[in-house]
Amino acid sequence: MAGSGLKAGNMVKGKKIVLAGNPNVGKSALFNILTGLYVDVSNYSGTTLDMACGRYNGDVIIEAPGVYGLSSINDEEKITRDIILAADIVVNVINSLHLDRDLFFTLQIIDMGIPMVIALNMTDEAVQRGLGINIRLLEELLGVPVVSIAAVRGIGIDELKKKIYTARPGHAHFQPIEKINKMLHRMNRREALLVIEGDTELSECYGVKPGTDREAIYRARRERVNQIVAQVVREINKDAGIAARLGNWMLLPVTGFPLLALTLWAVYKLVGVFLAQSVVDFTGDVMNGYYEPAVRSLLSGIMSPEGVLYTILAGQYGVLTLTVTYLIGLLFPLVLGIFFVLSILEDSGYMPRIATLLDRALTGIGLNGQAVIPLLLGFGCVTMACITTRILGSDRERRIAVFLLALGIPCSAQIAIITAVLAGSGALYMLLYVLFMLGIVLCAGTLLKRFLPGRPFPLLIELPPLRLPGVQNVCQKAWGRSYQFIKEAFPIFAMGTLLLGIFDAYGFLHELQRLLAPITVSWLHLPEDVADIFIMGFIRKEFGAAAVLNLQMLPLQKFIVMLTLSLTVPCIASAMVIFKERGWREGLLIWAVVFILAFLIGGLATRLLEIWLA
Amino acid sequence: MTLDNVRKGQLIRISNIPDEETRIKAIRFGISEGEVVTCLEVVPAGPVVVSKNKQEIAIGRSLASAILVEPC
Ligand SMILES: Nc1nc2c(ncn2[C@@H]2O[C@H](COP(=O)(O)OP(=O)(O)OP(=O)(O)O)[C@@H](O)[C@H]2O)c(=O)[nH]1
Ligand SMILES: [Mg+2]
Repeated sequence: MAGSGLKAGNMVKGKKIVLAGNPNVGKSALFNILTGLYVDVSNYSGTTLDMACGRYNGDVIIEAPGVYGLSSINDEEKITRDIILAADIVVNVINSLHLDRDLFFTLQIIDMGIPMVIALNMTDEAVQRGLGINIRLLEELLGVPVVSIAAVRGIGIDELKKKIYTARPGHAHFQPIEKINKMLHRMNRREALLVIEGDTELSECYGVKPGTDREAIYRARRERVNQIVAQVVREINKDAGIAARLGNWMLLPVTGFPLLALTLWAVYKLVGVFLAQSVVDFTGDVMNGYYEPAVRSLLSGIMSPEGVLYTILAGQYGVLTLTVTYLIGLLFPLVLGIFFVLSILEDSGYMPRIATLLDRALTGIGLNGQAVIPLLLGFGCVTMACITTRILGSDRERRIAVFLLALGIPCSAQIAIITAVLAGSGALYMLLYVLFMLGIVLCAGTLLKRFLPGRPFPLLIELPPLRLPGVQNVCQKAWGRSYQFIKEAFPIFAMGTLLLGIFDAYGFLHELQRLLAPITVSWLHLPEDVADIFIMGFIRKEFGAAAVLNLQMLPLQKFIVMLTLSLTVPCIASAMVIFKERGWREGLLIWAVVFILAFLIGGLATRLLEIWLA
Repeated sequence: MTLDNVRKGQLIRISNIPDEETRIKAIRFGISEGEVVTCLEVVPAGPVVVSKNKQEIAIGRSLASAILVEPC
């Protein structure tokens, strides 16, 4: 989720200005202001997991993933370490409310001797919460320029811009310095410090033994942080107000579950009722009633309605008619709505609290509460969510989460189609769908927990303060993601329908349908031509599902098609990401298992429901 | 006493974190040995939420049971 921005590396000219700091301190917000680009800004730790690059005054600005310190504990730390080792200037973004936490990382960079300026962010909240920070004293103690800013409000940005180029190395701690000096003939000072702190990768690189003083150095550093904080921070009052109380209610089961239910109900009302029914009815009517006839009459003016080109452009599967109607009339409103809801959830700081509330439940499926974040994001876009699984603590959990995302979490586009298809079949099928998906995810998780080697990884997560989501940020994020969706989906969908049209014209389609008949007809008890759907679904699930709207089928058959399709891996993009995140071997295994399971469960569900509904 | 046994609102001092990896992680959050934190909330059978200054951290039950604390 590095968002947009150039993924430039080292070949660029100019200074490398690195935005670094702890997670969730506002680095991305600052990055967006300085570069004019947009990367996701959300109120939880681990939004930016890859570097994002942009230009500023002929120099390069790089946002590093948020970390609490540098070593190679996990992938983000390795990425951030490499970015910082190559930095010309570090703009260390710190949260005024958590100086005691953030300065730990600051001091580590200072000990590395890198020119630095500090952007003391969230000063608006510090004022609200009654914190006073003596900036001049902080500058003096650290030896680097400090600018107080409030990134999302644009306060202090001009001064920061002026001071970026006055960055300088700060006062390093004496203790590591002596050891560093002994190593300088082999490597530079930055690397020397990390080697002394026991960074195994770097040590191997230079063929030296990793240092064993990490704990001692960390402890001394922590001591120094505490001393600095004691001198510069003054607390005036401690009342955190209504937000803090609400935040606590979200954590406790008695109040947390009702609040969660209320939230889900509101989301259902907005997405499932208002958007899926009222808005989509309206947009569908507009597309069918005005747009399509307009296109047809326009085209028939310039070409013969019997011609091949006309059929391709405006026929039954027309690129300009059906494709556009599905994408704009049906998918877009719902996709936008779901991303909008997710953006609000992301920005409010509710997600980490849901994680805490559900921690116990999730240990049952081999995960900890933190997995709620990627799983929830999966309802927006499974591809994006697979990348977010990186925030999970261990490889075992990432494996489980990716598998569950691939198998049982329908993305926004699929949800759109599912509601559209099943809405006609009545509430029973909707309920059945939810129960089946939930049941399958729970079973799969429980089995994975049982049989995957490794031990569970306990929750350790920061709960950010609850914030009112910024209107502009929410809209920008939701719009950007939805636009991205349409941009990616349109050509693929158009190509897919085109291909189907050509197959159809030459009789291949019939062959394929016959070939797949054992699965579709004998196993799933469906008509032969649903093969189209599965072929389309192979490209992108929601397109396959969209074709269901055109076929005459019984409600039960529609349900089985939707269920089976939902269970397969969503789209080519997400399959690629799974391969990338999990490696080819495991990716292929996940893909194959998910596919086989999908059809297996589809067939079993057919038989079960046929008996039950008979 | 271990961290999973504390009551809501209790002020505690972290006395020992036996597991090295946890210790290294916790130290960066600012919860190192000797640090004083407040127990903000205990989710029944779930995580323990502690706060230190303005920071809130949720600690899973199994992890909490591996952190030794003393009331203060
Ligand atoms: N009140 C206030 N909120 C801010 C300020 N700057 C950022 N935020 C909020 O802080 C949260 C985190 O901002 P991000 O820019 O995503 O933080 P980040 O450092 O990029 O986070 P990661 O990518 O997760 O490491 C968002 O909810 C922002 O709206 C500020 O100056 N004042
Ligand atoms: Mg970020």
